[in-house]
Amino acid sequence: MDNKKSVLILNQSPPYSTSKARESLDVALTCSIFEMPVSLAFIGDGVLQLLKGQDPSCLNMKKHEAMLTALPMYDIENIFVTQSALSSNGLSAEDLAIPVKVIADKGLSDLIQQHDAVLTF
Amino acid sequence: MKFSLVIHSSPVSQQSAMTAYRYAKCLLDEGHQIFRVFYYGDGVLVANQQIAPPQDEDNLPELWQTLAKDHELDLVVCIAAAVKRGVLDANEAKRYEKPGANLAQGFELSGLGQLAEAIAVSDRVITFGA
Repeated sequence: MDNKKSVLILNQSPPYSTSKARESLDVALTCSIFEMPVSLAFIGDGVLQLLKGQDPSCLNMKKHEAMLTALPMYDIENIFVTQSALSSNGLSAEDLAIPVKVIADKGLSDLIQQHDAVLTF
Repeated sequence: MKFSLVIHSSPVSQQSAMTAYRYAKCLLDEGHQIFRVFYYGDGVLVANQQIAPPQDEDNLPELWQTLAKDHELDLVVCIAAAVKRGVLDANEAKRYEKPGANLAQGFELSGLGQLAEAIAVSDRVITFGA
């Protein structure tokens, strides 16, 4: 098995309305266990997954933000957010729970090109 | 080229589930190889043998079964997503003390490692229903 394939996971779904955010994280961690380099990109409403101070207790759901803290333990440190994802939600990088690299929208195509496989959630 | 498909779409409510099937068929017709089809999220519902669509509508579980038989496809259903949605093989039905198994023939329950492997060995991985 070729473990060297790099994976970009594109996240476009908000954290609690569907199970996509959770499923995406499960795939990211699994790929990392298989020693594949994993990068995460958050576009559109996907950026809401990264918000600081989430409190989904009234939905009886687990804090997505808390699960993100596991990422460095899995060597997942390449986390990208597009500028338009932030601005269209009225956010800046300081509103996010983890450090990210903010990229211009056209940087996304470079990112896709730099990875061997892309998965979308 | 060697392809793998990841299907998130529900076979009964999202058109992209049918697009995924047609795409797979097209790949095979064009002489490409499909290493694995991985069903995730609501996509796992396609492996529920109890699905009974109206007679004048396509029956996706059967379409996949036929395609898999003709081309020896590996149809893998995410076990965690499936169990949550009541798609069980005999083992899982026993484990969770449910009245019966309903995993359709030709599909197999397995873990996310199968997706990681598919990514590792395929030239292209295509997502449907994200």
